[in-house]
Formats: sequence, C-alpha cells, structure tokens
Amino acid sequence: MEPFTRFTAIAAPMDRDNIDTDQIIPGRYLMMPRDERYKNYCFHDLRLDDDGNEVEAFILNRPAFRGSQIIVAANNFGCGSSREGAVFTLVDAGFRSVIASSFGDIFYNNSFNNGLLPVVLPEDAVSALRAALRDQPGAEISVDLETQTVIGPGNLNFSFEIDSHRRHRLLNGLDAVGYTLTFADDIDAFERRYAAENPIKHDQP
Amino acid sequence: MAPAPRTMFDKIWERHAITVNDAGQTLLFIDRHFCHELSFHAYNMLHAKDMSVRRPRQTFAIPDHYTPTTGLDKEDFATEAHDALVANLCNNAVRNDVTLFGLEDQRRGIIHVVGPEQGITLPGMTIVCGDSHTSTHGALGAFAFGIGASDVSHVLATQTLWQPRPKTMRITVTGDRPIGVSAKDIILAIIGHIGAAGGTGHVIEYAGPVIEALTIEERLTICNMSIEAGARAGMIAPDETTYAYIAGRPYAPVGEDWDAALAFWKSLPSDPGAIFDREVTLDGTDIAPMVTWGTSPEDALPITGFVPDPATVEDEDRRAAMERKLAYMGLSAGMKLSDIAVDKVFIGSCTNSRIEDLRAAAAIARGRTAKVPTIIVPGSGLIRAQAEEEGLDSVFVEAGMEWRPQAGCSMCLGVNGDTVGPQERCASTSNRNFEGRQGRGATGRLTDVRTLADG
Repeated sequence: MEPFTRFTAIAAPMDRDNIDTDQIIPGRYLMMPRDERYKNYCFHDLRLDDDGNEVEAFILNRPAFRGSQIIVAANNFGCGSSREGAVFTLVDAGFRSVIASSFGDIFYNNSFNNGLLPVVLPEDAVSALRAALRDQPGAEISVDLETQTVIGPGNLNFSFEIDSHRRHRLLNGLDAVGYTLTFADDIDAFERRYAAENPIKHDQP
Repeated sequence: MAPAPRTMFDKIWERHAITVNDAGQTLLFIDRHFCHELSFHAYNMLHAKDMSVRRPRQTFAIPDHYTPTTGLDKEDFATEAHDALVANLCNNAVRNDVTLFGLEDQRRGIIHVVGPEQGITLPGMTIVCGDSHTSTHGALGAFAFGIGASDVSHVLATQTLWQPRPKTMRITVTGDRPIGVSAKDIILAIIGHIGAAGGTGHVIEYAGPVIEALTIEERLTICNMSIEAGARAGMIAPDETTYAYIAGRPYAPVGEDWDAALAFWKSLPSDPGAIFDREVTLDGTDIAPMVTWGTSPEDALPITGFVPDPATVEDEDRRAAMERKLAYMGLSAGMKLSDIAVDKVFIGSCTNSRIEDLRAAAAIARGRTAKVPTIIVPGSGLIRAQAEEEGLDSVFVEAGMEWRPQAGCSMCLGVNGDTVGPQERCASTSNRNFEGRQGRGATGRLTDVRTLADG
C-alpha cells in the first residue's frame, strides 16, 4: 500500500449528501477482477450517459476538474454497501483523499486499507471549501496527514482528527494482517481461554 | 463498589476483546464469518500471502448475490462469468475447508436469512460478512456488521479485526403497534426520523414494548435496515421469543451446552441504568404503513401522504437535492403516494423474504390478479419448501405472479441478471432505493409486502 504523508492536487466539489456506493461504482462492475479497467467504473453512471457519452454537467467532466485527485463532498459520503470496489475505483482513478462532513462507516474503514485518506471536517468547513473550489475552478487543496491539516484556496486552513492507529498505518503504508500477526501470541492465548469457557462449540461440523 | 451497569453491546464487545493497542483500537475476536461470491478479492489477497483460513469451522461460504433464481442450469445464469464467480467461491471454500452451502444445497439462500435459520447466528456472538446488511443478525442479540474485502481477508487470515469502539444509541419504540403496521414500517419510520446518517458511528439497540412484541422474523427486518440509518450495527436483546426460535436449529447448542448457553444469553440484555451515548424515542402508536418517494431510504412517508414540495424547503442545497430526486424518480410535488403507478413488483431480499412475508403476500394475492409483473424470490431453499408445502406458490401463480424456485438476493441489487429496466418503476420489499441500484435509470420504491396492495 502506498504511504500517505502530504498530498496536493486539484480538488472537485460534490455538493450532494448521501453519495452512495452505488453511485461511486455501479453494482454491475463488482464482479470484475481488480485490473487496469477498474478506474473506468468510477462514478460511471453519473459520468457517462446511456450511450457512453460524457455528461457535461458532471463535475469531473468539466475541463477545470478533469485532473482532480481530491473530492470535497458533503454529508454521508460512501453510504450504503460494504463494497470495497468503491474505494478500489476511486484509488485507481487517481483519488488519494475525500473530505466530507461524514462518511458511511464501512467506506471509511475500507479507505484506510487502500491508501485513501478520508478526512472529516465540520459541515461549515466542507461547505467553505466547496464554495472556494466553485469560485476558483481547478484550485488545489493540500492534505497533510503528518500535521493533520487541510489547506485550501483563499487561506482556508483546517485541522482534522484521526485515530492514531489508522494514521500510523497510512503514513507508513502498513498492511493490517502483518501488523496483527505481531499479536499472534495474544490471539492464541485468547482462543484457548475462549474455547474453554464458551458454551458454543465452534468446532462442531 | 458494584460494577457499573453495562449495555448489551458493552458486554459482547468486552467478551471478544483480545487486546487494545496504543491508539485505543481493540482487536476483536470474530465468532462467525459468512462469505459470498464477492469474497473473491479477499481470498485472492489471502492466497497472495500464502495463507489459508485460520478458523474454517467458523467460516461459512454461501453463494447468494450472483445465483440465478429461475433454476440452476447453465442457461439460468446471466452469463458464464456469473457461473464462474459462483464456482470460484465454492473452490475457495473447498481449498480452505470452509463449510459450504453450495448451489444444490436446500439450506442455501440469502446469507442473512440462512444464518439465523440454521442457528449459526446466536446471541452474544460477533458476526461479520462482506455485506452491509450483516446488521440483520443483530436481531438475535449479536454484534454483527458489514466489512470490506480487505477486512474480509484479515478475518480469514486471523479470525480477528481491529476496531475503534463505536458509540451506542438506544431507540425505544413506545406504545402499541397499530393494526396493519409492519416491522418494515417501523424501521422506515425510524430511518425517516433520524436520517440516513443518523446512526453513523453508533451501534443501535432497539428496545421498548413495540420491539419486544415482535417475532424474530420481524426483528430481523428491523435490524437489517440499521445500515440504512448509517449505523455500524443494530441489535435487540434476546428473550423468550429468541430462545424459542433458536431451540432445535441445526447449529444451536444441545443438552448441557444448551443450558450453559441459555444462562449466558440471559446475562446479555443491557443492565438497568446502563448509559447509552444517545437515546431516541418514537411513539409506535403514530407509525403508519410507509413507502419511499426518493432515492434514499430516509425519503420515507406514510402511504397516505403526498410527494413533498421542494418549494417549501428553505435550505438551498437541500431544495436542489429534493428537486434532483423528484426529477430522477419522475414525480412531481403533491402527488398522492398511493397514486404512483409501478411497472414491476419485487418481493424478496434479506429484508423481506421469510415465510411470514410470503404468507402476507399470499394473503393479499389470494383470489386477485397482479396488475404488473411481479416476482417473488424466497430467502432460502427451506423457505421455498415451506411455502410450497403451504400452497403459497399456487396462490402466487394463480394471481399471475412469478414464483422463482431458487433463493438469492435477486432484484434487490440486480447483479444476478434480475434487473429493472431504464425509467421503469419498481416497488420492492428490499432495503435500498439508490439511483440505478436495481438497474441503470431504474427507480425503486421501498415498502412492505403488506402495503403493496394499497400502492
């Protein structure tokens, strides 16, 4: 997994609440293997019409926002299903961070397993960032995980909170399984104790 | 000093905590893990590390998302790739010695239907699956939640997960449930009340007299849609109704183990005085049969209501959002919700495909003729058998409806080939009305089986 320290890129504002995982990647692509095509599924049905032509009004199709690698959303971004494909397709399409006032819990968790940094900021902060991006199309935002700050156009500067375990994993690009296996003795000891006292026998056929 | 009163969630969490790291995250032991076809990413990650499943007896593989509902012959599959995806799950199960309910197995069905039906889901457990509707299993008093592919791989490899401790929320439904109001109406009313992000970061415990009086199947419907309120999980305290439901199920404990399990289960309900981070109360007496009008489950109103008017919304963003929803749905403000015609009806999904739902559907269908194409997909092979023994299948067929012989997720997310066409409007007993979920350009309306006759 690619480490995340500080990332600066063009950011696109997405004003709608509840951008669900079906919008990020339509269900029909979930069965596809993770290959170079994955980036094409990103916001597919918002981005392209029924004939495969670009929808002009969609923010990521507008010339100034084509190179966006950061999204500034509103409430409840990534709500809905557990599909990690929603994160796979964002990462494969080049996105490294999504800033929102809240996230779907499972999407939020999945992001950290793929080097995508979800940043939670208060509603007025994301609203100010989106307004600034609309006023200066193509402006950049910097997301700094080390200092836990977001720097936007027009001197906008916000700090954000993040769980230190997740921060550490992202900063170092650490794989979760490798980390957990350093606790192998604790897991073994727990399993022995649990098996002895649990009335539910897990090893029945 | 007496120990501080604990919530049911606290008790389950603390029982499964292996260790806590420096950042305050807890390594949780996982009792049961269900895998469907989309676990292929996770098995690929596992095998790439040259690892195998740590606890195969605690892992259950059940194909449900991509399986055909019309039959099991090659031509019943939407494409060869669908067939291959199901075969891939079966191969991964065999390779890792995981318990498999394969295609021909009568126990096979939607994971969130099969788990409780088989007694695999039990009170006090931690349960995960790479599916957001894993919250369903909380109806039996378990802590059950959906996870993504990387976490599925982590559980396969270690039988554990790192988790920050979620907050707790108790939703108490007081009063009496009016006649004609279903569990689906109750949960849609709750989501309409707290919003699609109202439960974010929380585990919900549903409580109060209306919840306690529900059957287990109704409780499963309630907990199923916890995720539509943004909650990590939903749960309901186990009680006599729960124990009676579990007794005798294939994976339920027996003999001395049953006695010990029962004593443990009875210790689970939240202690009097336990503190929840948030308390919400709804008067059950006020709940009416519900239907959605928009593209989020929070867009729910009583079926006697009207499509809302964006002009009455002050906030500019919210007004624009409502206008967009109405445009997508092809609806205009002020229309009577019960007057909106549909082109299709889907009865099924992990929300409403159990025998009580099918009986309710048959009671409506008996002696009548369906006005629009209607498909009915049972939640499991055993539910199909039960329905056919009761003659419900003939009731559906005589009403001109399509009784599908194979269980599965079907038109709820439409990945198995059962889709809704562009601009078609489908009334569904499922759980999500997101744009395009049931098919590109398709519009979905969520409701209960019992409300379909009015719609």
